[in-house]
Amino acid sequence: MFHTGPPVVSVHPSRAMVDEAFKVQVENLPPGSPVTLHSLHQSEDKDYWEAFGHYVSDHRGTVSVADYLSCGGTYTGKEAMGLLWSMRPVPGSREGLRLRKLNVCIPQLVNISVYSGHVGGGFREQDSLASVLTERWYMAPGVRRIDIKEKGVRGTLFIPHGPGPFPGLLDMWGSGGGLLEYRAALLASHGYASMALEYFNPAEVNTAELELNYFETAFNIVRDHPQVMSDRVGLFGLSLGSVVSISLAAWSSVVKPRCCVCISGNHTHAPGGTIGGVFNEFFTNLHKVRMDENNYEIWRGMGLPIPDDISQKVDVGKINCPILLVNGDDDQNWPTVESAEDMAQMMRAAGNEHLLTRLEYPDAGHLIEPPYSPHFRATKFIKDGQKVILLWGGTTKPHSDAQEDSWKKILAFLQQNMYSSSGPRAKL
Amino acid sequence: MSMKPLCVKLSVQPSRGLVDEKFTVLVQNLLPGFQLTIHALHQCEDGHSWEAFAHYTADATGIVNVSEDPSLDGTYSGVEQMGLLWSLRPVPGSKSGLRMRKMNVQTPMVVTISVYQGHQTEGFLDQVLLASVVVERWYMAPGVRRVPITDGKLTATLFLPSGPGPFPGLLDLWGGGGKLVEYRAALLASHGIASMALDYLTPQITEETGKMVDSDYFETAYRVLEQHPQILGSRIAMLGLSFGTSVTFGMAVYSQVVKLSCAVCISGSHVQPIGGSVEQILAYFNKNVAKTRFDENNQVIWRNLLLPIPTDPSLKVEMGRLQCPLLLVVGEDDQNWPAHESAMDMKEMMERAGNSHLLTVLSYKNAGHLIEPPFMPFTRASTFKTVTNPPTKVMVLWGGELVAHSRAQEDAWRKTLVFLRENLYGGMQP
Repeated sequence: MFHTGPPVVSVHPSRAMVDEAFKVQVENLPPGSPVTLHSLHQSEDKDYWEAFGHYVSDHRGTVSVADYLSCGGTYTGKEAMGLLWSMRPVPGSREGLRLRKLNVCIPQLVNISVYSGHVGGGFREQDSLASVLTERWYMAPGVRRIDIKEKGVRGTLFIPHGPGPFPGLLDMWGSGGGLLEYRAALLASHGYASMALEYFNPAEVNTAELELNYFETAFNIVRDHPQVMSDRVGLFGLSLGSVVSISLAAWSSVVKPRCCVCISGNHTHAPGGTIGGVFNEFFTNLHKVRMDENNYEIWRGMGLPIPDDISQKVDVGKINCPILLVNGDDDQNWPTVESAEDMAQMMRAAGNEHLLTRLEYPDAGHLIEPPYSPHFRATKFIKDGQKVILLWGGTTKPHSDAQEDSWKKILAFLQQNMYSSSGPRAKL
Repeated sequence: MSMKPLCVKLSVQPSRGLVDEKFTVLVQNLLPGFQLTIHALHQCEDGHSWEAFAHYTADATGIVNVSEDPSLDGTYSGVEQMGLLWSLRPVPGSKSGLRMRKMNVQTPMVVTISVYQGHQTEGFLDQVLLASVVVERWYMAPGVRRVPITDGKLTATLFLPSGPGPFPGLLDLWGGGGKLVEYRAALLASHGIASMALDYLTPQITEETGKMVDSDYFETAYRVLEQHPQILGSRIAMLGLSFGTSVTFGMAVYSQVVKLSCAVCISGSHVQPIGGSVEQILAYFNKNVAKTRFDENNQVIWRNLLLPIPTDPSLKVEMGRLQCPLLLVVGEDDQNWPAHESAMDMKEMMERAGNSHLLTVLSYKNAGHLIEPPFMPFTRASTFKTVTNPPTKVMVLWGGELVAHSRAQEDAWRKTLVFLRENLYGGMQP
């Protein structure tokens, strides 16, 4: 029986966008009591992800995650959002898991609980003192989701609510393939009509026949939509999606992007050819793949050294729109920082370096996702029909800081170049 | 070349909130000095449209922040962070006497907030729309469970907060219009109190037998709470509005079964024949029906039916015998019940008996009868269907003035939550 009433844990706001911060608070604890704050999420694949922090309540019996220090757990220090970004699969889970929301029309549900004492594990076998459910959304109310299947292009278009017209974005993920909608849904929630583009089936990247004109057609579908401003359509990519963006920006006579956001991309491939061809080209240096102590594959060697021969690279001197490069310097999958440095030199020589902004994050890896997403250091990948685990790199805390900081800067860059009444400006 | 200011940016944070949470409405990318109208539109469950609007002028940085900048005119004026909600009123051409009440609490109230060019007052659908966002307002927090009650002869719904519990409990009673109204109980559960909305005037059992319920019904409801595995049987409160307070005062003082940790009575009175059943109390009120007055619009004023406050002790609940903390919330412009006069009489009774330390009175100038959770649109008068047989439909004057009443709702709700938390969670800081 409680002397005072039972403890109460609260999350504000209880329903938020995935890139919005929340405040987690526990009240009505005995003063000075050690407690563990725990988060639990069951993914669409039915895997469980969790995070936890160790706290001590103050003289009023309160713990405020945003203001107090965690002294142990999956994160330490003053970390308002630690219960989300430090999540990892629960002990006993399959190896190499990655958390990606497929159905963006419903929220991600996270249970936040408080346990007595400083608990390090076995949360499911214990009773929590209190718990509360919080919703994390990729789609703001009123955003419309439209399936796109036209002119051979497959994707999903997200249109913000309102009269429009809106600036547009073509959103492209990497060599895992498939159709991932969550970032496009989130960008639409920030006012950009965004199309998530599917450009090959999962695990079939090396046979993908698509050439540049598939992307040109996709870009034009966005550009020609009645609610999109035809002169304000940009490109947004990660990994192979960035490679495509950089190529389009430099080589396409059809696509005139307003600006480009390229996360973890590179310019080191020869012009022409199909997506499959580009991918396979990377593998001409297969012997340079290294394995770490866990047998995870490190691919970054395949991209080195950066060729001097300009015919082996995208001619970035031809880019004439602002371009933002976001990279982690612990990227173990590709030498993205080296590539960015080379791009800068090429653009300097060509006289268009003023269009380039580079963001580089210490100890961040390859998969720089929207903020508060867990850090994926190494995850499963199908290579040549085989299941391998790729090392993406990064250390959790700096990687999470990079996700948070880069997203703010990406939104500011897009706002500047796509919404501002003055012309596009490269420098933030 | 379009004369429309480029890409006006409108944002409302949070875009999904509880109905009692504040939001921030921000308009950016305007030209300095630009005149605009911010408009709110809501279509409620019965199909009627409600709107609010306010006129603003962008500052030198091209921004309008509703939390900080004054509305120059509209359905509200001055700096009013939540004015777009509490000043909602039926659109022109609507039928009279409407009241907004959400009956399905499992879906949100959806409000469209829009920005129009210029200072508009009507015909919004034909104006130049610059930007628009959709906002959801929820009565149920994530994880709150809605449990229809099937045991006993109760017509009730229990709302359990998110989590394992156990939780303090609360019995939630509305007034003379009857029906099973769930939204306040859902909202209280979202604040950690397991709350049961109880229909006691038009429950299934009364529809079937033609007989009104008696104290047994309320004691059964109390027991359901007390015995629930996720509810702390020793921490149960009762909250009543209007006729719901008549039941609450009676139960709190006289019931051998109901042992309350505290009670909240909004816009009510302790005036009733002691020991009377629901039917007898209603009959007592109806005896004085000749005292009904009408205002200049022929709207019904019922406050005088209970005035003057009787001196006969058998006609008032013996408040001196109350043993739990009581919060009274009254509007001084209540035209439906003499809530303020009753509160003063109760205070006097309790001072004489020596238990007035249990009493807190919140009395609001220019507030009316329907003191609801905050940011709900204000209704000064609306159509009311009595639960008599046969029922009659009248236009009842509730009273109150828009701004004062809306402020009262916000203040009263905040203090009600603090009162409930202190008494049900014990020792908690506000």
